[in-house]
Amino acid sequence: MGTTDSQAAGNNPGGNSSKKVNSQRVDYWSQLLKTVTADSDAATGWVGEVRSKATAIAQELALPSTRDEDWRFTDLSPLLDIEFSVAGAIATPGITAADVAIEEAPGSRIVFINGRHSPELSDLSALGELADKVTVSAWSAGHDSVLNATVESNLGKIQTSAEAFTALNTSAVNEVAVISVGRNADIELPIHVVFLSAGTGAIAQPRCLVKVGTNSRCTVVEEHRALEHTDDSDAPYWVNGVTEISLADNAEINHARVQRDTLTAFHIGNTAVSQARDSRYTLTSLDAGARVSRHNLAVSQKGPGTHTAFNGLNVATERQTSDTHTFLNLQHPHGTADHLHKCVANDRGHTVFNGRVFVGQQAQQTDAAQLNRNLLLSSKARVDTKPQLEIIADDVKCTHGATVSQLEDNEIFYLRSRGLDEMAARRLLLDGFVGEILERLPVQSLRSPLATAIAAQIRANS
Amino acid sequence: MIVENASTILSVKNLQAGIDGKEILKKFGIEIKAGEIHAIMGRNGSGKSTLSKVLAGHPTYEVTGGEVDFQGKDLLELEPEERSREGIFLAFQYPVEIPGVSNLDFLRESTNARRVHQGLEELDPFDFDDLVREKLDVVQMDPAFLERSVNQGFSGGEKKRNEILQMALLEPTLAILDETDSGLDIDALRIVAGGVNQLSTEKNAMLVITHYQRLLDYIVPDFVHVMRDGRIIKTGGKELALELEEKGYDWVDDLEPTLVEA
Repeated sequence: MGTTDSQAAGNNPGGNSSKKVNSQRVDYWSQLLKTVTADSDAATGWVGEVRSKATAIAQELALPSTRDEDWRFTDLSPLLDIEFSVAGAIATPGITAADVAIEEAPGSRIVFINGRHSPELSDLSALGELADKVTVSAWSAGHDSVLNATVESNLGKIQTSAEAFTALNTSAVNEVAVISVGRNADIELPIHVVFLSAGTGAIAQPRCLVKVGTNSRCTVVEEHRALEHTDDSDAPYWVNGVTEISLADNAEINHARVQRDTLTAFHIGNTAVSQARDSRYTLTSLDAGARVSRHNLAVSQKGPGTHTAFNGLNVATERQTSDTHTFLNLQHPHGTADHLHKCVANDRGHTVFNGRVFVGQQAQQTDAAQLNRNLLLSSKARVDTKPQLEIIADDVKCTHGATVSQLEDNEIFYLRSRGLDEMAARRLLLDGFVGEILERLPVQSLRSPLATAIAAQIRANS
Repeated sequence: MIVENASTILSVKNLQAGIDGKEILKKFGIEIKAGEIHAIMGRNGSGKSTLSKVLAGHPTYEVTGGEVDFQGKDLLELEPEERSREGIFLAFQYPVEIPGVSNLDFLRESTNARRVHQGLEELDPFDFDDLVREKLDVVQMDPAFLERSVNQGFSGGEKKRNEILQMALLEPTLAILDETDSGLDIDALRIVAGGVNQLSTEKNAMLVITHYQRLLDYIVPDFVHVMRDGRIIKTGGKELALELEEKGYDWVDDLEPTLVEA
């Protein structure tokens, strides 16, 4: 079932290379664009410009189909059955701050519901004394804010609207979670950004902007999940999020991204990172939720000596499709990259991984390694993997590989020969497979609950 | 050591087993008593490793005939994990790497599975930590290896030491060492063999499977068996290993079987 395809295929970030675009997809997209833009408050000045530019780009596009190279393995047609409306504000969320808090970040949490700031669930009290070093805030178009200049100079600049869903998000951009770290600041307290979503047939478009100044360091934990975490709910909602991250010279961020939307939801997330010289970006990501999920990670190197590390895990059970596309664009010398990506598919689950690394002419002395390991747990599960390495520079060290396997008989026998029964052996191997990624999450309190939840999700139907 | 009036730990009679319909063990027999160290030598393909896997219960191998009695129990009726809990231990020729599973957690689960079966209390992480640190000395292992994933990134010698550490924790009645010496340098070999010797008592027994006589300089066997074509064709004392070393396996090819089936 697994495919390994290392050929360097053309990349079309617009995801819309086919000339024969189905008119249904054009109409659907056009209607969707109208819906989201009609809802956003009128904005003038630069915000209005950012929106109208994105709208203009989006208008030329359509809902991607599997005929688009970038969407070959991930079918978005289930969206066509739903006429989405814009997710509204929810005045009384029905949960308390304790339901979203993590112990490492008790007073450094900002929460959004359907893309709108929720002051009741947020708690930024611990950041008060760090005010000269870091600002965490919900920026809103048309309101005065000390962050106006930061947002204006970065919003939509790191992730351009060439990608269809980014254009859709930007066309109606209104509220933004902003984390701005100054120069020479070491922020030890993790900053916790929570995006909750709810609403039948509603589309929420969360937006996040992170800017880390020269020589500074911080940790950001970004969570996406349902407001009421009921996995058996059959109310489909759609999250279309964009997170932009800018790292100045020698800056460092440890970023966790955890997506656990309900199994009837749709989740499309774009994370775009710009790395100035000597900066270090680490992402540990988990995509376990949503009926169809797609995470695009695009990292762009803007100077020499950067380090980029990805640790990714996609889990697909029942009829889920869980897709991660990564693109690392290296254009300067002495960059290093380390990418471990894992996928687990059970039941009729389908995981997709596309890991593209481009090493340009100037990117000499690059040292990049990518490994994708896939675990197929049922005969009806499906794994598609496509590592892509494109190298123009001639003095580099780059490796990539992909494996697709079941739980190995030899591994199970080894554990059984040490007294563990077959169930316990399988559980331990599975925990180990996902644990290798989860243990890299920067906050410890998430690791064990996530491991338990994923184990339950995988085992539920096996 | 040969102990007078020792009880029989393992008795194998006319064992026939193979893989994918190909018979590898052909009426194999052996009897092992408490306290004894038995060595089995033979060329690659003589069936040595198959024997170890069949005794440990590897599901890929099919047993088509014969009997295996382990301390009064029909071993062939038992699942691999039951054999382990009963006191069979196989030190693997190629220990499996398990990324993401901490060596310490694995050792604790395994030790507790055996303890529960023996009617002992499970050890909590603190008590187990004390126990495992004490056992580390047996194989002179760095405690840092406990925090790492099972065998992942371990050198050949470190993997084999980890096997002997498991043996020290599980305290098996019968330990089967499957080519534990292969790929080891002399320093690692000394440490591993030293560990095995420390664990050898008059209550347990060892079945040492090896291709090379060298190991038997360090783990001195009471009996040496030579295997060819799925059965033992000659049995002797430790001097048989030296003779084999000197004359080579070509000598074995021409030997007439001197041992009748057990």
